[in-house]
Amino acid sequence: MATPGRALPQPTPETQFFWDGTKANELLLQRCDECSKVYFPPRPFCPVCASRNVSVTKASGKGVLYSYVIHHRPVPGFTPPYAIAVVELAEGPRMMTNIVECEQTPEALVLDMPVEVVFEPQTDTITLPLFRPASTTTAKG
Amino acid sequence: MPHNTVAVVGAAETTKLGVITDLSQIGLHADAALNAMAECGLKPKDIDGIACAANETPVNLAHYLGITPTWIDGTSVGGCSFMIHVRHAAAAIESGLAKTILITHGESGKSRIGNPMRSVHPQSLNGQFEQPFGPMGPPSMFTIPALRYMKTYGVTVEQIAQVAVVQREWASKNPRATFRNLITTDDVLNSRMIAYPFRLLMCCLVTDGGGALILTSAERAKDFPTKPVYILGTGESVETPLVSQMEDFTSSRAFRVAGPTAFKEAGIAHKDVDHLMIYDAFAHLPIYGLEDLGFLPKGEAAAFIAGRNTAPGGSLPLNTNGGGLSYMHSGMYGMYALQESVRQMRGTAAAQIDGAKISVCHGVGGMFAASGTIIFSNQAP
Repeated sequence: MATPGRALPQPTPETQFFWDGTKANELLLQRCDECSKVYFPPRPFCPVCASRNVSVTKASGKGVLYSYVIHHRPVPGFTPPYAIAVVELAEGPRMMTNIVECEQTPEALVLDMPVEVVFEPQTDTITLPLFRPASTTTAKG
Repeated sequence: MPHNTVAVVGAAETTKLGVITDLSQIGLHADAALNAMAECGLKPKDIDGIACAANETPVNLAHYLGITPTWIDGTSVGGCSFMIHVRHAAAAIESGLAKTILITHGESGKSRIGNPMRSVHPQSLNGQFEQPFGPMGPPSMFTIPALRYMKTYGVTVEQIAQVAVVQREWASKNPRATFRNLITTDDVLNSRMIAYPFRLLMCCLVTDGGGALILTSAERAKDFPTKPVYILGTGESVETPLVSQMEDFTSSRAFRVAGPTAFKEAGIAHKDVDHLMIYDAFAHLPIYGLEDLGFLPKGEAAAFIAGRNTAPGGSLPLNTNGGGLSYMHSGMYGMYALQESVRQMRGTAAAQIDGAKISVCHGVGGMFAASGTIIFSNQAP
């Protein structure tokens, strides 16, 4: 499961909830209580209206493949070629990720294809949110 | 803001470009600065403002060059920092904070002497929300928006490859360009894959070098031995340190702020532009730049370049030094784009555009993180 050598995040007070969420297999975003904006990455105020009244909200984990590159150079923790992708979540925000359970080819990685989050533990404290092609009714093997 | 009241009176690159093993990074700054001071007859005591970026600060350079400044600028937002230095310097001269400002750049990008590799801190936003997914520097990040652009506008990788082909034509005319042999679209498409859809020849060089600019008031510029190049308009902006968080993957918000701000200040129309530099760390950047600066409607720039409109003999000469793709790219390329604009306005470029009177020089910093635009003219106010 873990990919040795991969760069890992170190949570800060503002982002700890997000990484606690992925560890519990939940993808957590924030929503402004005043203007309703749903945003990412985490911060304790709304980037649109500056309100400090914001709430954590659980994302559906569904989205679409928005853009990507297929990297062909060696990086610790990765076996090239591998896609570095951006997904657009159903709730609106975009996030960088990797697409797993999928050939890392232009033919398999089609823009706007539905994807869903999978949680990949890296250490005792860090679990990364990755995405795979969305299953229809049953989980794919 | 300044409009034709400030001029470039000194402009020079390092004596050598390419692989430079006998100077450290601060030495490259100094070599360029001494060349610029020599061509306009200035000594350190004549300079009262200094700007530079990245890990050589104004403190380092003021000390190293023997300058006692009344104004400094250490704005460091990537490769367009120098466009922004020019903007800030023009405002400083206009408002009397300094009379004669030196902007220096040196970068041991290839040999990495006195230029340690930078790392991404794991507590930063980049370190938490991008680095864990395997990017390694600009080739794997700056390129991420491109597939979305291509799908949105039906642009092909063959068209984007044409950017590199056309710029090599310009480089072939420039004795100081790193790569001068002509290339074909097939050469680009057969070069090594770096980060699909980007192949090696769609990515910038990695070299050593530097450059320096000296600015003073347009009034004082008349007394210098060099031909003054006037600053007509300037713009700057930033968007996000995270390429994944760009508002629009088909367009740069920082470009859309900096560019039009400079055009408005200059009071010119696009048809008035004789020469254009758009920072090309990767082949898609001139496409984004042409559209975000308003030269073309969205989605049309790739066909415009492939149609040879920016090539030698075309209506809008673009990146006439060969650009970051073929001329040189030490990591922060903006200084070299500015140098080519100044050469074109002085009439001293290797591939000189006959009769050029207005040059637009547009820079990017980070991965679409920042932008600066400078519009130059050689026409006295």
